[in-house]
Amino acid sequence: MAGDASTGDVWILGIHMTKFGKHPDLDTVDLAAEAALAALADAQVSMRDIGVLAAGNLMAANAGIGQQLQKQIGQTGIPVYNVANACATGATALRTAIMAVKAGECDLGLAVGVEKLAGAGLLGAGGRPKADAETWTPRGRYGAVAPVDGRIGTETMPGVFAQIGMQYLHEHPYDGVDQELFARISEKNHSHSTLNPLAAYTKKMSLDEIMGDVMIAYPNTRPMCSANCDGAAAAVVVSGERLKTMAPDQRRRAVKVSASVLTTDPWEEACQVLPNVNTLTRNAARQAYEQAGIGPEDLDLVELHDCFATAELVHYDNLMLCDEGEAVPFFESGATWRDGSTPVNVSGGLQSKGHPIAATGIANIWEICHHLRGEAGDRQIDGANVGLAHVIGLGSACGVHILERAA
Amino acid sequence: MSNPVPLVDYLVLGDDLHLVANECSSCGARFFDRRNACAACSGTDFRPVRVASEGEVQAFTIVSHAAPGIPVPFVAAVIDCDGTSVRGNLVNVPPDPEHVQLGMKVRLTTVPVGVDAAGTEAIGFGFGPLDGGPGSASSEGSEGSE
Repeated sequence: MAGDASTGDVWILGIHMTKFGKHPDLDTVDLAAEAALAALADAQVSMRDIGVLAAGNLMAANAGIGQQLQKQIGQTGIPVYNVANACATGATALRTAIMAVKAGECDLGLAVGVEKLAGAGLLGAGGRPKADAETWTPRGRYGAVAPVDGRIGTETMPGVFAQIGMQYLHEHPYDGVDQELFARISEKNHSHSTLNPLAAYTKKMSLDEIMGDVMIAYPNTRPMCSANCDGAAAAVVVSGERLKTMAPDQRRRAVKVSASVLTTDPWEEACQVLPNVNTLTRNAARQAYEQAGIGPEDLDLVELHDCFATAELVHYDNLMLCDEGEAVPFFESGATWRDGSTPVNVSGGLQSKGHPIAATGIANIWEICHHLRGEAGDRQIDGANVGLAHVIGLGSACGVHILERAA
Repeated sequence: MSNPVPLVDYLVLGDDLHLVANECSSCGARFFDRRNACAACSGTDFRPVRVASEGEVQAFTIVSHAAPGIPVPFVAAVIDCDGTSVRGNLVNVPPDPEHVQLGMKVRLTTVPVGVDAAGTEAIGFGFGPLDGGPGSASSEGSEGSE
């Protein structure tokens, strides 16, 4: 357990996620405001107490969501950092607020991530027809005379992450049916989401339903892909020193940030051909375990970035939840189901809870905090003391946070 | 009628079909794009090197859903060409998991892209099964497949 607050620590004082799904009547600022105000209320503080705001909204990254949010909930003149880091945007916002508190610039920070993504369709492919030009003229860094998506591999996210999962099975040969293995990971997460009232989808799906659904990029069918939806999440962070002066109820519900790490992908052969999401995750995990002074065997639950069923498998290995190369037998042992030894994505994960991009890296922290506070209701992991939250933004960025329950 | 143009500038057409990479003179890292400096060692001197035209499929997906205008299904893959990884489509093989397998041996081949308003043809590339026709890859000893 985390013990008492002390100097140099950073804690989550308040946190909130909105319902994920379709919010046709709420705009981006409405969703961000709902999450921010509820996080402040949960922390029992106000905008007047906050010294820094970090905010992310990837789809409108140049719109200044932080200042737009201030204009609705409190223009106090504090510094705003609008951040964008692909699917790691939320974790980057949180980490920015944590760094400001750690640096001693302020005692309390607010991080917000929000996205309106319902009905966004296929990501990574531009979403519009790519027409050939009138005449062949070399353009860009590859001197391409025509669009290469579909002609030289795929730029779609389902296709990229499908290859990442298949690459793992090439390196660690598997005797069974590839697609069924990955579909069973999806079956787990869809099953978990039935206990999460804030998930975008809460319907249990059978293996046959998952495998028989619309094929997007083999082996990923539609329910094996992250669900585009609307949502927001926000967190208030506080220094250990300030927390010590706060009310007993605030101290009791505060969750310690035992590790906060952000990495990018170091160069390796092939990494500019197919993104390597493995090494930067392994590096982030290693740093996080070292910062927290705990090991993967100490984790009571994990929320990891299952943007596709094929991604979840590789991250069992990358986060060192299993021995190197043993992700398949680890999953097949049942370890990652909610009654297993290392429950993974008990929220339903991105495949079922949903993936409003910039919200995801704070929403997964919310899920962990919910369990560590013993407030997770029907899906509570009993006696949860330590949890890990992980996100990957392709390009790439990896955020890992380890959280511990207050003493 | 002018000579055909390659889809990308790292494709060398003609009788001696091959791909060419920019290799860092300091550390040997290989790249297919125009470089400012080396991502591995920050060196700024590069030389063009020929990439092996035969390789082994280390990852693939069969794309059934793509941006509008892109014909599906197609097989996108990463091919290990004697230590240099290459992105490309697998061609001349049915796009299904019975015929496309991890570890299958493939060889560089050309793929027509089209003819522009000036009558110039553009030619792209893909990788086909090493011993020719559809389905032939499954007869190979493919280590590391299903």
